[in-house]
Amino acid sequence: MRKLIIAILVLLLPTVGFASGGHEELDKAAIDLTDQASLQRGAKYFVNYCMGCHSLKHMRYSRMAEDLGIDDKSLRDNLLFGNAQPTSMMTNSMRPADGETWFGTAVPDLTLVTRWRSPDWVYTYLRSFYADPARPYGVNNLIFPLVGMPHVLGDLQGLQEPVMETHGEGHEATVTGVVLTQPGSLTPEEYDNMVRDITAFLTYAGEPIKLERRRLGVYVLLFLGLFFIVAYALKKEYWKDIH
Amino acid sequence: MSAEKTENLSWIDKRFPLTETWKAHLSEYYAPKNLNFWSFFGSLAILTLVIQIVSGIWLAMSYKPSAADAFASVEYIMRDVEWGWLIRYIHSTGASAFFIVIYLHMFRALLWGSYRKPRELLWIIGVVIYLAMMATAFFGYLLPWGQMSYWGAQVIVNLFAAVPVIGDDLSVWVRGDYVISDATLNRFFAFHFLLPFVLAALVFLHIVALHHVGSNNPDGIEIKEGPKGNRWSDKAPADGIPFHPYYTVKDTVGVVVFLALLSAVIFFAPTFGGLFLEAPNFQPANPFQTPEHIAPVWYFTPYYAMLRAVPPMYGSQFPGVVVMFGAILILFALPWLDRSKVKSMRYKGPISKTMTGLFAVSFVILAWLGMQPADPFLTLLAQIFTSIYFAYFLLMPIYTSIDKTKPVPERVTS
Repeated sequence: MRKLIIAILVLLLPTVGFASGGHEELDKAAIDLTDQASLQRGAKYFVNYCMGCHSLKHMRYSRMAEDLGIDDKSLRDNLLFGNAQPTSMMTNSMRPADGETWFGTAVPDLTLVTRWRSPDWVYTYLRSFYADPARPYGVNNLIFPLVGMPHVLGDLQGLQEPVMETHGEGHEATVTGVVLTQPGSLTPEEYDNMVRDITAFLTYAGEPIKLERRRLGVYVLLFLGLFFIVAYALKKEYWKDIH
Repeated sequence: MSAEKTENLSWIDKRFPLTETWKAHLSEYYAPKNLNFWSFFGSLAILTLVIQIVSGIWLAMSYKPSAADAFASVEYIMRDVEWGWLIRYIHSTGASAFFIVIYLHMFRALLWGSYRKPRELLWIIGVVIYLAMMATAFFGYLLPWGQMSYWGAQVIVNLFAAVPVIGDDLSVWVRGDYVISDATLNRFFAFHFLLPFVLAALVFLHIVALHHVGSNNPDGIEIKEGPKGNRWSDKAPADGIPFHPYYTVKDTVGVVVFLALLSAVIFFAPTFGGLFLEAPNFQPANPFQTPEHIAPVWYFTPYYAMLRAVPPMYGSQFPGVVVMFGAILILFALPWLDRSKVKSMRYKGPISKTMTGLFAVSFVILAWLGMQPADPFLTLLAQIFTSIYFAYFLLMPIYTSIDKTKPVPERVTS
């Protein structure tokens, strides 16, 4: 029996290799959810640069303020616009139909974007816009071809040009990378940090409970570890006369 | 206190067989003393069913089964309902855990020959439980109303459309609409709420049947047919020990280990790398945008791989659908396919062992293949492993008859 199980496990080993790999190349966002300053900056950037079009409709301002250590006055002064109240959801006033008229598609809500894309995807996406005169807003994106969104952070990042490469005879040249040609108001390092803050904030918004559940999980496992010792000792005691 | 308790108990016992039931099913139910690791999964399956029913009822208190509100209500549970995130993760992780436990429980039955006489009906009730579980999981997967919920349901309901002649009408009847819609979501919610109680009733029957014939063991020896008389009773099987307290304390250890593994996933990796909660399901259902790659949740992917492995015939997917359902329904025939003189894999010959090993490997590889985008090479692999899956069953009458078996001992071994 034991041999059979070992044989099965050995036969299954190759599938582990199969299962990994095979994703497009993304840059590592290297976010830190415990860095509240980074999350606060990310919230500020998001509310100021992104929220005109993108809502976070499952996220409440007050919850965000509480989790990120933002006091009520700072919240009201810096992050609430229009008639938004602290208990409001982080919606905006853009109508889906307007998005379709202006960008060719309804603008997606971003509450869960890091959960169905990934933090690395968001980080890479915001750094991968390049000049493409054929597009309505003059930009295209390396990992989201024909994207409808303009490069909102373009003034900060500057303008990137595509790197074209041809693979093999008779193939059309494809965009394989980007290179910064006109610097923006931020240095590349500052821009990367800004994008990292936005990514961190969106990752927080995707699952506000993440840090808390990990913290609780440690205690749950410690309790079950102790319970195991008791349960195992009890079993041993009862079973010592069974041969 | 003790006298008072006895008095109360006898009052109850005159009206309801409490002591009798306790004795018949726990303190004087004699289980083989050699049960090993594999026997944990029966009690764990009951535990998981209870976890799913309890967490499910709490989710239903805040969930809204409408196309307009379903997705947002799940996020409301995750954010605004007190401990809602935990209840939701328990339920989503519990669904996968339930299938892991049941697959191991079924594999144990294959190893011990627990489907053989006199346990044919016990096995058949078990297969009905498995079918009811799959239906429950399928209905439940639509409820979060994410992209994968929507398109997964679309693909599966379209299978009914492949049935000749009545297919189109049948699929409309199942959906209640021409596409997966609000009407579909409502009825799926109703069934998802109902079926767990049907499951509980089936589990009751499963236990009634089990306690009638007695538990099998790794040796596949009927302890009831062996010598009588043990420490507790002259009439009880010599190799039997009371289920309570021996197996209740032993299963408690199994429960603690299981809960630790379950908690590790719930608290540290609730999506389990996209296997337990698929990434596209964090995007609300959009009937106008098909995801690049539709894959059911992992516990259905072996059958999905089989479905895709069968090429369409006469422009119809029906043969694939037949193979897929056949792969599940063939389990009903298992008690009559095994012609071996012995029950347990311990005493079966090399051919049976090899076939069982190949079967288990095929099932896992098919599960992996069912998650991958279609590709000619992978389809070929799926065809090979689907063939092995069916060969395990269809050739069983032959290889179990010719296979050399080892002598079975008189008494259970430890």
